Amino acid sequence: MAGKTLYDKLWDDHLVKQRDDGSALIYIDRQLLHEVTSPQAFEGLRLAGRKPWRIDANIATPDHNVPTTDRDKGIDGIVDPVSRTQVETLDKNCDEFGILEFKIKDQRQGIVHVIGPEQGATLPGMSIVCGDSHTSTHGAFGCLAHGIGTSEVEHVLATQCLVQKKMKNMLVKVNGKLGAGVTGKDVVLAIIGEIGTAGGTGYAIEFGGEAIRGLSMEGRMTICNMSIEAGARVGMVAVDDTTIEYVKGRPFSPKGETWGKAVEFWRTLHSDDDAVFDKVVELDGSAIQPQVSWGTSPEMVVGVEGAVPDPAKEEDPIKREGIVRALKYMGLQPNQKITDIKLDRVFIGSCTNSRIEDLREAAAVVKGRKVAASLKQAMVVPGSGLVKAQAEQEGLDKVFIEAGLEWRDPGCSMCLAMNADKLGQGEHCASTSNRNFEGRQGFGGRTHLVSPAMAAAAAVTGHFVDVRELMN
Amino acid sequence: MRAFTQHQGTVAPMDRSNVDTDMIIPKQFLKSIKRTGFGPNLFDELRYLDEGNPDQDCSNRPLNPDFVLNQDRYKNASVLLARTNFGCGSSREHAPWALDDFGFRVIIAPSFADIFYNNCFKNGLLPIVLDEKVVDRLFRETEENEGYQLTVDLEAKTVTTPGGESFSFEVDDFRRHCLLNGLDDIGVTLEDADTIRAYEESRRKTAPWLFNTGN
Repeated sequence: MAGKTLYDKLWDDHLVKQRDDGSALIYIDRQLLHEVTSPQAFEGLRLAGRKPWRIDANIATPDHNVPTTDRDKGIDGIVDPVSRTQVETLDKNCDEFGILEFKIKDQRQGIVHVIGPEQGATLPGMSIVCGDSHTSTHGAFGCLAHGIGTSEVEHVLATQCLVQKKMKNMLVKVNGKLGAGVTGKDVVLAIIGEIGTAGGTGYAIEFGGEAIRGLSMEGRMTICNMSIEAGARVGMVAVDDTTIEYVKGRPFSPKGETWGKAVEFWRTLHSDDDAVFDKVVELDGSAIQPQVSWGTSPEMVVGVEGAVPDPAKEEDPIKREGIVRALKYMGLQPNQKITDIKLDRVFIGSCTNSRIEDLREAAAVVKGRKVAASLKQAMVVPGSGLVKAQAEQEGLDKVFIEAGLEWRDPGCSMCLAMNADKLGQGEHCASTSNRNFEGRQGFGGRTHLVSPAMAAAAAVTGHFVDVRELMN
Repeated sequence: MRAFTQHQGTVAPMDRSNVDTDMIIPKQFLKSIKRTGFGPNLFDELRYLDEGNPDQDCSNRPLNPDFVLNQDRYKNASVLLARTNFGCGSSREHAPWALDDFGFRVIIAPSFADIFYNNCFKNGLLPIVLDEKVVDRLFRETEENEGYQLTVDLEAKTVTTPGGESFSFEVDDFRRHCLLNGLDDIGVTLEDADTIRAYEESRRKTAPWLFNTGN
């Protein structure tokens, strides 16, 4: 019998009941809650007269709507009354049901996918869900983690389980070593460019190979975070020393004797040598350049040395139409060099790239340089209050501020522009976020997805530039 | 949940691939704490020429005349015909809520994004995967025939054209069962409460660290 993949092992470990109709009940170890996708779930519980099954499995924080300035005012600092109601509703629901919440003024508040790992509330081998598609982030710890809709948030609150059907297994192997200036973000954008935004639909993806093994936990989280942009709800990386080292000593992590027992189990969380995948994709990591998205879908991406594609050269009529539409929306010309794209704003943040390592990489590029005069704004939004404190301890805030970037308070911010941080119509933004969909960062806004280092390089030059040129 | 057994309705064609959830319902409308009222803002940025805001009266907003749902012939559509990877992007259930609130009951496409597909079933909305060639043909027939309607039978798992031709589709037994009977799937899961409790107790013994509450 063939060995098991990491996904097979996680699935088997969480299987409560296999039903005759092919569906299965899967146990959920951790649910993360935020203000946007939970109010209707709590309301549903109340209407049905149900109680949460296991209160301590849930952790909540407001992140999507929170302002990134004037945070000392707390909820009163939220100017938009509709946003304020949503954050107040989360507080009320968590208080009523006794759920642990890092509220807006708590230093532990931040983006759900940053605070889970930071607290050790994300542990290897867990099943983790959240009403947010970027829950795949937690797969970096060898977790079975994926986004769910609000009805499923309610289902997990009420039963601690989800009704699931097993997905297929895909291995994305990134061989070789990454070049200097090439990060996890570039790797995942290159993967999405290769397999397409629906390439992973129906699959759980495991990322492996030398390039992935060589990444820090931050880099692995960035890669798993964007699995959903390749269509896969689940992205995972096997557990190794890097994982275990990261988890050690965090508030929710096991201690003492239990730690040893946990580590022993975590060491089994990798695919067996003879495991069989339904699909295998291999990339040469050493050939990956810093990436820049030019279009309105994350698969519309190219290396920084490249150019905007020419729709006339595309044979598939539906794809051609897609390119034409994207170029029109983005205000770009066919064959235009990527380095000729001028920018209006730069955003460094989001659940993809707002961790300490991301901020260090960006700070290293802007240090001793100034934000280009042609830019309207360049902002840095740390992923959590603790990331912010760490960065300030290292003096990164001063580096950013001296260079002319704004140093903000934690939240989702301009990644999806539910708060006051947004693009104006027609503005081009170098963004470390995860989606370049039409209107995502503001009505008529034009998003280019890049790594923190590439965003920093764009900030100091006013256009895209190969960050490797600034690193010498 | 509202049951779904059979439905006959006018078809509207959404002729582009990778329609994402930001397109279906832009983020500013996700601030609502309700499940209803999203219909007027379905496809907001494609449908209107101005920027939409929550709590706004949409009846006076300038409509984009080029957008398909603004054409009189599709105004009462309840079957949405779409292209590949429909519903990609976020997990927001506001996307199916908005489609439902507008009046759609069925979405037909060659493929759907996983989370969106799943969310539809929780809301009495039926997503149907048909072969790309069949979808191509339905697009052609919809555009050529004003008032073109399709009949969907979930019991028989068929889509039938006005000419009487039927196409079969696949759907998971459990999802079909819940939809046909309008079942609350939380209630169904809670029938297994003892099994869940037993699993949880054994897990508490073998992996106690999963139950840490932080300190």
